[in-house]
Amino acid sequence: MFQAIDQIFVNLLRGFLGHLPEPIRPWAGLVISLGAILGTFGLLFGLTTVCERKAIARMQNRLGPNRVGPYGFLQFIADGIKSLTKEDIVPRSADKVVHFIAPLALLVPVVLTYLVLPFGRNMVVLDLDAGLLFYFAAGASTELAVFMAGWSSRNKYSLLGAMRAIAQMLSYELPFILSTIGVVMVTGSLSTVRIVEAQGPGDGWLAHWNVFTPWGFAAFFLFLIAAFAEANRSPFDLPEGESEIVAGYFLEYSGFKFALFFMAEYLGMFSSSALAVTLFLGGWTAPVSFLGFVPSWLWFFLKLGVLMALFIWVRGTTPRLRMDQLMDFAWKFMLPLALFLIPVVVLWDRVGRGWVGWVLCGPIVAAAYVWLGRALVGRRRIQLRTYRYASG
Amino acid sequence: MMVTQRSSDEWDRPAPVAGSYAFVVGDDPEDPGSLLEVSMGPQHPSTHGVFRMDVVLDGETVVKLKPVFGYLHRNHEKIAENISYLGSMPYTDRLDYFCSLTNNWAYALAVEKLAGISVPERAEYLRVILSELTRLQNHVCLAGFLAQDMGASGTPLMYGFREREKILDLFESLTGARMMCNYMRFGGCRCDTPPGWLDEARAVVDSFPRFLHEFENLLSSNEILMSRTQGIGVLGKDLAVGAGITGPCLRAAGVDYDIRKVDGYGIYPRFQFRVPLGEHGDTYDRYMMRILEMHESLGILKQALDGIPEGPIIDPKAKLRGFRPKAGESYGRIEAPKGELGFYLISDGSPSPYRYRVRPPSLVNLTVLEDLCVGHNVADTVIILGSIDIVLGEVDR
Amino acid sequence: MLGSGIIKGLAETGRNFVGSYFDPERMTTVEYPEQRLAPKENTRQFPFLVFDGEAALAGLRCVACQICEKECPPQCIYIEKSREKKPDHLGKPQFHPAIFDIDISVCMSCQICVEVCPFDAIKMDTEFELSTSDRFGGLLMHKDLLARPNSHFLKVHPTDAGVIDARRAEERARLEAKARLDSEAKAKEAPPAA
Repeated sequence: MFQAIDQIFVNLLRGFLGHLPEPIRPWAGLVISLGAILGTFGLLFGLTTVCERKAIARMQNRLGPNRVGPYGFLQFIADGIKSLTKEDIVPRSADKVVHFIAPLALLVPVVLTYLVLPFGRNMVVLDLDAGLLFYFAAGASTELAVFMAGWSSRNKYSLLGAMRAIAQMLSYELPFILSTIGVVMVTGSLSTVRIVEAQGPGDGWLAHWNVFTPWGFAAFFLFLIAAFAEANRSPFDLPEGESEIVAGYFLEYSGFKFALFFMAEYLGMFSSSALAVTLFLGGWTAPVSFLGFVPSWLWFFLKLGVLMALFIWVRGTTPRLRMDQLMDFAWKFMLPLALFLIPVVVLWDRVGRGWVGWVLCGPIVAAAYVWLGRALVGRRRIQLRTYRYASG
Repeated sequence: MMVTQRSSDEWDRPAPVAGSYAFVVGDDPEDPGSLLEVSMGPQHPSTHGVFRMDVVLDGETVVKLKPVFGYLHRNHEKIAENISYLGSMPYTDRLDYFCSLTNNWAYALAVEKLAGISVPERAEYLRVILSELTRLQNHVCLAGFLAQDMGASGTPLMYGFREREKILDLFESLTGARMMCNYMRFGGCRCDTPPGWLDEARAVVDSFPRFLHEFENLLSSNEILMSRTQGIGVLGKDLAVGAGITGPCLRAAGVDYDIRKVDGYGIYPRFQFRVPLGEHGDTYDRYMMRILEMHESLGILKQALDGIPEGPIIDPKAKLRGFRPKAGESYGRIEAPKGELGFYLISDGSPSPYRYRVRPPSLVNLTVLEDLCVGHNVADTVIILGSIDIVLGEVDR
Repeated sequence: MLGSGIIKGLAETGRNFVGSYFDPERMTTVEYPEQRLAPKENTRQFPFLVFDGEAALAGLRCVACQICEKECPPQCIYIEKSREKKPDHLGKPQFHPAIFDIDISVCMSCQICVEVCPFDAIKMDTEFELSTSDRFGGLLMHKDLLARPNSHFLKVHPTDAGVIDARRAEERARLEAKARLDSEAKAKEAPPAA
């Protein structure tokens, strides 16, 4: 029974493909899977935008969208219709071809990254041996599209935004990838499916999620911070910082092209959160074995939802960093810490993965965090201040 | 379709009108095209109105900056010289439209000095209460806008607006309007408080510290805010005094100058309050000055709400119509939330002033913008501008 | 430092998120067309002309003295006097406005016309939903659009209107008493003459 629910989508696809002639089956499978991914995450994108607006509104003690549909949840349809019917304006001096291609060039690699993400047991489109590498390769090519957009618009703000985006995404690519090395080392595989299976409860009752290790905890947060930066989300939304450079690289886009940028940004956010779930939060595995009856895909989307909530929560709270601070943070804090975690992983693996590892590795990681953080803050002489009052 | 590489001077943009660009950029023969001129404003999300900054950037570092304003000029001073003294009162609301009541007070003070009108006790108390409430709502908005300029998704701004809403409700139930209050008259105030208004004001004042606590939790110790503002836009003591900066910006530079203490206008000498002083003169100090001043304002409000006496609200001798002060001149100034707001009037005995001049704190504080911004990042210019706290209605008049 | 400030901020927004569902004091938003704020008595939007009795244009209190026209800071009032006089509520013959226009696209709701009016004829309305598709003609109010009965004034500003009504009643009573005294005196004088 539980098995059937768990595998319902896999069996549906297999059953449907059974009716097709043999030669086109793999292609049809790919197309159907892609369609399902686009449909699911497209819907999730719409719902997330509404949830984000409502959640941030509540954090700000406002009501948020509540007019279209039940509790305003159909707002995204209205927004979609609006952006579809809007006039598509291309600046006169823009490089029209590049301007047209850029949003597509951003969306395609983002969608490609979904191919290697396991959404549930047996629910992965391509189980590549080097799935993680494929993910990073596809994810990194979004930078080109961002620069295409900024450059082709012939707008100074767009250019500034594109320059910022390139610098930021390249810099954060390093901690983004380096923080996952520990996971690869411990699992001994680059395949996302293997990584998830290695984190499952196995024979015991408790799951071995990577986040429940000292190095994994630190790496998870490094990965998340880098994911924030890769997705251009607050507090790293400098490329589109609306108070400084208006909207950054997609300033000159309107109508549906703007919607594509918006969608690609959210899909990128989903995909990096999904990777965080896969690498650190045990993918589709249940945290304890007696909860194993809950379908695996439901676990995956639950964890994804939690990470989305975190993204939204942080966006509602923090101001934006400045470019040089952003760079400092990437190169002087995150990169050393990510590099430092690699020997810690070795130590964790050698001394055994139990409480001895915790006692040894925990303080080391904490000390590294405090030391690097102090150095970062101290270099800029940032401190809490006390104030005096005029006498009399 | 063929795409050809075009050089930058082939951009088919209209030829610049003479004088519309502040600097000629890119004609340095040694280093062509290394600088980028960006016109921030007049339509820009962070310029606090229709204000333009002509910024020359080297990468993202500001090399030159020229503030351009006047887009909101509406001839305030000349209009005032052609209508009655009373007729200018509603126009003063529209100077600094966040703080109409302090504008009213400054103008009323100037006319009262000119004509030698006294103000009854209750009206003086009401003026203090209203101007401190104005200060509160101006400062919460400023802190919110500043955080918004830093990209805080509007959360601090909405907290500020939530509290401001309560204060504006108070203004509405007393004066009839939320922003354009037009409440002070020469020799007092226009109407007495409706029943229960003072209790409502007390409730607002009592619940305000809770908000301030929230605000400080959210922002004051936030690492991102601190690293964005500390050491940014340092305004030295000498420059501040030399340029005539007033208000929180001056006090953030460490100069003890508060007109409430210096002049002791109205009945301010009766109240106990302290003047917070900064040390570094940077953006963080300017932000903290506002937060600390709000604490002091709450203290003044408590004292004033406890001490307000019964009595007439306006000097019975003050005339509403046909007001003709005898020939002379006067300068009335108060500590507006943004700095020293002064009205200079010359009367020739006719029903309208011969000369009417406003000394707007926003404009004078804006003059140091370039000194503060040069050498900083383009992202910093936005928050430096935000921390100066300008309102374009007052800058352009 | 080291992230504690950001965590404090996150806790604050989290508290506000939860609090917004339970603490009505946090939510100042009013969903406008369905819900409205309680009207405040002192609220002022745009001026209207008070009339007594049933007929709007016949009962206007305005005597076309043009003080408001002169005092109006943005000069948005235009008045033309009538040629003939009409008795007012005290029976005294007075002019009345042949034309009384207020351009409320120019009016800045400052209430100075109300303050200077010696006849309590112009008052501030609280209505603000005045949008129109015609920007110029639609916002130019003639006297038939501006006239509102005294009952409307009593509704929007009860305190103010009550004071004014009492004063007007008193004036009328005094006048009637004086008239009665006059007629009695006349009656006393009359018999010897007859």
